[in-house]
Amino acid sequence: MGGEEPPTSLPETMHTRRRSDLLPALIFLLPGLVLFALFFLGPMLYSLRISFFEWKIVHPDQSVFVGFQNYQRALSDPIFRRAILNTLAYTVITVSVKLFLGLGVALLLNDAFRGRTFFRVAYYLPVITSWVIVSLLFEYMFNGQAGLINYFLKDILHVIPKSILWFADPILTLVPIVLLDIWKGIGWAAIIFLAGLQTIPAELYEAARVDGASSWAQVRYITWPLLAPTTSFLVVVLVIGGLNAYVPFQLMTNGGDPMDLTHSVLTLMYEATFGKIDFGYGAAISYLLTIFVFIVSIVELRLMRQQAG
Amino acid sequence: MGQKTQRNLTSLLRISVLILGLGVVLLPIWYMIITSFKPQTMIFELPPHLWPQTWTLKNYSAALGKDHFGLYFMNSAKVALLSTLLTVFISSMLAFAFARLDFPFKEPIFYIFLLGMMVPPVMLIIPQFLVAKWLSLFNHMGLILVYTTMNISMQTFLLRGVFENVPIDLEEAARIDGGGTWTIFWKIILPLSLPGLSVVIINTFLYSWEEFAWANVAIKNASQRTLPIAIALFQSEHLTEWGQVFAASLVALVPVLIIFIIFQRHFVQGISTTGLKG
Repeated sequence: MGGEEPPTSLPETMHTRRRSDLLPALIFLLPGLVLFALFFLGPMLYSLRISFFEWKIVHPDQSVFVGFQNYQRALSDPIFRRAILNTLAYTVITVSVKLFLGLGVALLLNDAFRGRTFFRVAYYLPVITSWVIVSLLFEYMFNGQAGLINYFLKDILHVIPKSILWFADPILTLVPIVLLDIWKGIGWAAIIFLAGLQTIPAELYEAARVDGASSWAQVRYITWPLLAPTTSFLVVVLVIGGLNAYVPFQLMTNGGDPMDLTHSVLTLMYEATFGKIDFGYGAAISYLLTIFVFIVSIVELRLMRQQAG
Repeated sequence: MGQKTQRNLTSLLRISVLILGLGVVLLPIWYMIITSFKPQTMIFELPPHLWPQTWTLKNYSAALGKDHFGLYFMNSAKVALLSTLLTVFISSMLAFAFARLDFPFKEPIFYIFLLGMMVPPVMLIIPQFLVAKWLSLFNHMGLILVYTTMNISMQTFLLRGVFENVPIDLEEAARIDGGGTWTIFWKIILPLSLPGLSVVIINTFLYSWEEFAWANVAIKNASQRTLPIAIALFQSEHLTEWGQVFAASLVALVPVLIIFIIFQRHFVQGISTTGLKG
């Protein structure tokens, strides 16, 4: 690409095209690049720097370089380990359930039938509600004394002897948080699956039916393999989202209640940074999470490509 | 005959499962709606009713009249609309360059943009806070610029797939007629990509309308608060007044619902025209 003359054998059109593209490309890229550099790349690098300091927010020039101390502190902090455990459990459970149910809903909604549009919109409704609102809603439904869920479990199904104080127990607190994410996320997984289903040629199913393949066989041997790109996209995006869970944890646990046992990684980061004004420690936690997310995403993509190949 | 009965049975089964699922999906929303019409004395009634014994509009008049609800609503509307516009504009320009133009280092630049899909928005809050402080952006402008940045990666990725699917012949025809790059982008690519653009509009509007973490640190001035912040604050100050919290929440859902209804027609089709194609 350097300053080399293009070989003269190159077709004339190609030559002129390459030339004329550079200026428009610059113009088209510029606004996005500036914004991205200013609010994404710059901050990312700056954050890396902060994570090696005992950062003084008021007088940054008096910050003390501490090497990897913030990272070591995080890794040996039981509250941080607990937050990782919470976040991992939350991610594994919500992602697998959302994939499974999302695919189920998509398969049910794929064929044309009366009322399909209605169902599509209705199942998507939870997705367009806002996290803040539905976090509060689930908090209310899981209320310890007079919540709808306790009433349902105790007085209608009789599966629990007395009302459960969901938000007083570090493990039980995760139940409404996980259920909320599943409830809110199924519609999105379903819509992405639906889009993927639409790209599978109908002839394949017809051929399979002629050969006498059962519905299950059709799903297993046509739908599932041909959906692989959609599924891998969903897995990657959902896992990233799960590891980055913030709002439901923040609002339903007030950031870690009881006893800092219910943090997600990001609520812990938020508390360290803006609660304890420990920017260096917060930045180190962010970087540990980002590195982890990055590695997980790459591994997922590798594994799924292998499977598909 | 036997086959027809089986088909009827299948569709009956399908509808039953769908309706059952619908019950689970809509129950929380329904519960929020009726709670917003319950008088305060019945918020913790036992047993909880799924149909209020007494209906009242008091929660609405109280919540909407209190704490400058109208002001927060307008703040959110302004921020979400401008963020959406800016994101659509910038992402389609980027996507056009990546899909249709030739320039050096195209692939590496594209991958750098993709990084934005992997990094948690909340993680960037610390340095973004410092950038915003440096540029005095603790205001709506700061929200709009950050929301746009956080959306660019994913939406550019989606739109690149959409634009690549617009037939190249149309572009070549326009070039022969003397159309420049901008004309091709504005008059050919964009109008032919409406379903894909609908997806971007829904995604971005939703994100900017409900964003909490950044707004929570970036907005100091009470009069500039957006709805998610206002609602969360309201709940923490009026712990048990769930009727009012939900009345405000439901009104806050209306704009998103409108946007979704306007653009949903293109939604599924739009997603399958993006880069997610199998």
